[in-house]
Amino acid sequence: MTVAITGEEVVGALDKELKGAVKSVESEGILVQAEKILDIALCVKNNKNLKLDYLVSITGTDYIDYLEVSYLFYSLDNNKRFTLKVRLENKSNPAMPSLTGIWIGAELQEREIYDLLGITFSGHPNMKRIFLWEGFHGHPLRKDFSNGN
Amino acid sequence: MEIRTDSTSLDIDRHEGNLIKELRSSSTKPVTEPSGWLSEDLKRNIFLTTVDNVLNWGRKSSLWTETAFTACCTFEFISLSSSRFDIARFGMEVLRSSPRHADLIITAGTLTWKMAPQIKRVYEQMAEPKWVIAMGACGITGGIFADSYSVVPGYNRILPIDVYIPGCPPRPEALLAGIELLRKKVEKRSFLQG
Amino acid sequence: MAIKTEPILLNLGPIHPSTHGVFRMRALVDGEVITDIEPVFGYLHRGIEKLAEQKSYRQFIPLTDRLDYVASMNNNLAYVTAVEKLAGIEVPERAEYIRVIMSEIQRIISHLLGIGSFFNDMGTFFTPFFYMFIQKEKLTDLLEMVSGQRLLFNYMRFGGVSHDLPDEFLPALNTFLKEMPAEIDKYERLLKENEIVLARSKKVGILSPDMAINSSASGPVLRASGIEWDIRKADPYSIYDRFDFDIPTGTVGDCYDRYRVRVEELRQSIRILEQAVAGIPKGKVLNPVPLRFRPPEGEVYSHIESNKGELGFHVISDGSDKPYRLHIRAPSLLNLTALRKMLTGWKIADAIIIFGSIDICVGEVDR
Repeated sequence: MTVAITGEEVVGALDKELKGAVKSVESEGILVQAEKILDIALCVKNNKNLKLDYLVSITGTDYIDYLEVSYLFYSLDNNKRFTLKVRLENKSNPAMPSLTGIWIGAELQEREIYDLLGITFSGHPNMKRIFLWEGFHGHPLRKDFSNGN
Repeated sequence: MEIRTDSTSLDIDRHEGNLIKELRSSSTKPVTEPSGWLSEDLKRNIFLTTVDNVLNWGRKSSLWTETAFTACCTFEFISLSSSRFDIARFGMEVLRSSPRHADLIITAGTLTWKMAPQIKRVYEQMAEPKWVIAMGACGITGGIFADSYSVVPGYNRILPIDVYIPGCPPRPEALLAGIELLRKKVEKRSFLQG
Repeated sequence: MAIKTEPILLNLGPIHPSTHGVFRMRALVDGEVITDIEPVFGYLHRGIEKLAEQKSYRQFIPLTDRLDYVASMNNNLAYVTAVEKLAGIEVPERAEYIRVIMSEIQRIISHLLGIGSFFNDMGTFFTPFFYMFIQKEKLTDLLEMVSGQRLLFNYMRFGGVSHDLPDEFLPALNTFLKEMPAEIDKYERLLKENEIVLARSKKVGILSPDMAINSSASGPVLRASGIEWDIRKADPYSIYDRFDFDIPTGTVGDCYDRYRVRVEELRQSIRILEQAVAGIPKGKVLNPVPLRFRPPEGEVYSHIESNKGELGFHVISDGSDKPYRLHIRAPSLLNLTALRKMLTGWKIADAIIIFGSIDICVGEVDR
């Protein structure tokens, strides 16, 4: 079974590195500050005990008040999984650092989130729409998106 | 001897007399049936018909399909072209990737607005006469995805459709029935239409 | 001194005989060598994730069919297991066996088509493909028996499957399982040691293990690079922990290894099917679940090993009868992340083969 690492375990293992970047700890993951995501991701990847070296999936969600991006990682050696979450309060111009420098697997998924939710990832090599065409108005997965037809 | 405007009536009489003389001299034997006019080796190789019939017979027997397939329905078309359903019976097994060679677009799959200019361009590049079969619910109305923000609600927004085949996806048998309908339509085409 | 020519921008697709659907690449070529490539997506983006928010949980099942349309049952399975996990719905024993049987049949179909079109790209135009298509049609008939459809089955339900197997199904499947190993041997005799196949696919398009992990590759692409990771073993869903099977892996990570992994997976799927047919119990196949039910508030990520790789559904519920957000982790899309690195430096003819060996389905790439 791929066992979920609890938030407490990660916070325990990375106490020094996290240095107050954690906003809250949940049963299967932690919520962290958006600006610190790059450092934290590097920590969980390189930490010898955690070894979360495989970025599985990035999901972006519009929660009306804020946008949430959740990252799912696996450790292929230890058969464990872990979730990292980020909240962006600024809905008019949301931005956060890109993980493409650490995992190129993030490249297409971050472009997808930019296309469908409008979150800009700084440091991404090719930040443009992926599925929809240039000039498409709005971001479809926002809850206030209207279809137009 | 010719008949001119200043010919006298005697001239005309002489002319008519010559015609009788020629006919009489050439009609020494009884006339044979028309089949006898041809030489033996040509007799079984010629038949008489109209231009329309010949052109339409050729067109309906070699409808070459453009490979402009977009989604799921493609696999039912591949099934149709494989040995089990054997589309080669209708001279249609040739798939053309170049629109210049193709006569027919089978719209196998959902059309998105991003894809629409490409399909329209392929259609415009095809030589006349050309036909379009709207295959499947997506091809007809957008089907299950009609409400989506990126899907064209039916190929008839951008192309003239000749035959609609419902189903999601249509079975190969349904596709065959649709092709039969199209062949009937091709048969009715007139040379004067161009 | 190497001869340099002026770089040309070459467009491949979206309508192209070898792009497996409506995929498009913009390649920058120097003579025949690709110096850079940009994949262009979205020609089949149908907005499935947005449509999920407008439909009830049950109504969304038919839409999942149309993701990876070569293997609809696997998409059904991934979605229903995610919602079952979210709502805590139990599945009867017989239904679990039926699900495994369907999932493995779909894996065989998908791999047959994947291998067949890979050889198409290599130049054996449609001959191996149609040999494999014969077997695909036999399996399609089996699936038609249970669902009434030939391609998009809409067969799974929350709490089981829609109908029980007809009486003729298991004997017909048994006949197929007896015939299939000899068929695979036939393909192997034709293709495995073929001079042209070896010359064109060995050491072509190598994906290193590090790069495979870093680019989130999964399924046969990841395993061909030598990583032994299969969710059926690592995180057994349904009843996969009861079956005995191996995980085939490659050593080099080239096109040939990806082809070999798929062939070996055909044999493993047959092994699983034989065990499932032998062990399937009698009983009901569906626990009744209301048509419009409301799962509790919360979120769940559930994954299966589909034919293309890790297919995951991230479902977020707000307690209503529609998903609040549904994200699909599509293996076809993520397997293409490394495409740029894999193609650069190869000739155009090799690029077609490398792309074919990844085996994508555009319905799933673009969703």
